[in-house]
Amino acid sequence: MTLRLTHTAKTYPDGTKALLPTELSVGKGEIVSLLGPSGCGKTTLLRIIAGLETPDAGSEIWFDNDNVTPLPVERRQVGMVFQSYALFPNMSVRANIGYGLKMQQLPKSEIEARVTEVLDMCQLQPFAARAITALSGGQRQRVALARAIAPRPRMLLLDEPLSALDASLRGTLREELAVLLREFDITAIFVTHDQDEAMAIADRVAVMCHGRVLQTGTPEELYRNPKSPFVAGFVGNAMSLRGKADGTTLYLDGGALTLPARGEGQTVFVRAEDVCIGDDGPLRGKVETVTFLGTHYKIGISGITPDTIASIHAGQSAPKVGDMINVAIKPETLMLLPQEVDVA
Amino acid sequence: MFKSKVKIMQLAVTLLACAFLFVPIIMSVLAGLTANYFKGISSGLTFKWVIEVWELYANSIFLSMWLAIACLVCTLIIGLPAAYGLARHPGWLSRLLEEFISLPLAIPGLALALALLQLYGSMKGFRASWTFILVGHVLYTLPFMVRSILAVLASIDLKTLEEGAASLGASPWQRFRDIVVPNAMPGILAGSLTVVTLSIGEFNLTWMLHTPYLKTLPVGLADSYASMRLEIASAYTLVFFVLIVPLLMAMQWASARAQRITQ
Repeated sequence: MTLRLTHTAKTYPDGTKALLPTELSVGKGEIVSLLGPSGCGKTTLLRIIAGLETPDAGSEIWFDNDNVTPLPVERRQVGMVFQSYALFPNMSVRANIGYGLKMQQLPKSEIEARVTEVLDMCQLQPFAARAITALSGGQRQRVALARAIAPRPRMLLLDEPLSALDASLRGTLREELAVLLREFDITAIFVTHDQDEAMAIADRVAVMCHGRVLQTGTPEELYRNPKSPFVAGFVGNAMSLRGKADGTTLYLDGGALTLPARGEGQTVFVRAEDVCIGDDGPLRGKVETVTFLGTHYKIGISGITPDTIASIHAGQSAPKVGDMINVAIKPETLMLLPQEVDVA
Repeated sequence: MFKSKVKIMQLAVTLLACAFLFVPIIMSVLAGLTANYFKGISSGLTFKWVIEVWELYANSIFLSMWLAIACLVCTLIIGLPAAYGLARHPGWLSRLLEEFISLPLAIPGLALALALLQLYGSMKGFRASWTFILVGHVLYTLPFMVRSILAVLASIDLKTLEEGAASLGASPWQRFRDIVVPNAMPGILAGSLTVVTLSIGEFNLTWMLHTPYLKTLPVGLADSYASMRLEIASAYTLVFFVLIVPLLMAMQWASARAQRITQ
């Protein structure tokens, strides 16, 4: 199914604009992530698509060729995975998964067969008869997914599906979810505030901030070609190099850098992995922090810009705290972006 | 166990308190089973008085049971949707309504009865019918039902659960039936037992509202104390006990269970 939103906005009765007029289309079978910090309107957008929130007048939501804007959630045929999973504590795993099918008034035998099929798919057979309270977080997450997918919805909507899990589990379940979603071969939208999650699961990411979609693109596009300082900062944690640009030279506190283009009126961004520590670097700074992260060190350097900048250092040994070091940044790794306009 | 003086003190106080509670009960029950109270136990034990109570007051017993069941049905029909509505729309208006429903708890039953009499006393058919007492009982027990269900509903994320059911295609009625009611069940059970127990034991209101032809169990008890032999009144107490104690125990069990879920 394809999804098309035109001019979709949400203003709360108290005047808060949770979502500014938004256009969004999602292709058939595409997995799109809505990524943004909390309060950016991503969950509101998802709930509008689900039918759990009523958008402002003038908004239109199209599922293929059906205008579903006036339909309530129960008639939109969407599968929803909630942040808290919202599993029914009064029902077993099997009954939870079968509930949507029961609502479609399918014959008992077919419900049984379809539930078994979904249980197999999500590797939940051993837990089928269990009570919801007897499941671990990861198992609950799978049951929530299985329950949403069992009635064969037109579209799957996931609201922070992994955020209720602890960090170690989140990593493995992320990959698992990415595989399962592709196996289901279903159009899916999922909301997250975690850029790694969005990158790992989605075909396309829509970065949101202050109630608007700032940029949509594949994870690679967003990482390599952010169109705004916010996207650069949020996706891949780019750091701004605050200094004075003069032609193609940027003067920083710790030395001068060559820019790939004229830099007046622009903000210059760089990522930690492109900040190289080496004797021949034109910038000089002082090591503030050294964090050992297994495959690499993360080094905080002060004195180059007013803020501390980070460097990913892959050597066998790292400089010590307090050392003065030289730093090089290749011009082609610098990102010049229009200066941040206050979007709030 | 009896090593320290503190322990002995604790035991003594506990036993004294128990004696204070149990001795009158035992005395009363024994009086109901003694052939002649003034001669004491030596006159022999008998069920004569219990049988006599049954013959005299069977109607009161049945009326009380009938009232309790009718009262339960009414409080369920009113209380469940009310608690659901209050739980789904939290806010100052809901708080206010909840307090309003709870008013009969704070107002003496006599005052409530007086108000009912003033308002409906002239409607002869209604005034003389058992439904008049029922109205009083419903007013008095409704807050217990509403609060009991509300406590359980407030402890679960009802809104998200319902949204979950809605996303699976459940209509509002189906959500109420499949999600709200089963999850509120511990509260409904605890509330129901409380309502039945209170309705059977209610005296203040009922005494004001009853007619000579409509005596409930506690009103009958007062009547027997006032106009019968002490043995009959005591036997009546025994009957009352047999009816109410199992209910009380079930109520304890149910509210303990509801509380476990609330935590």
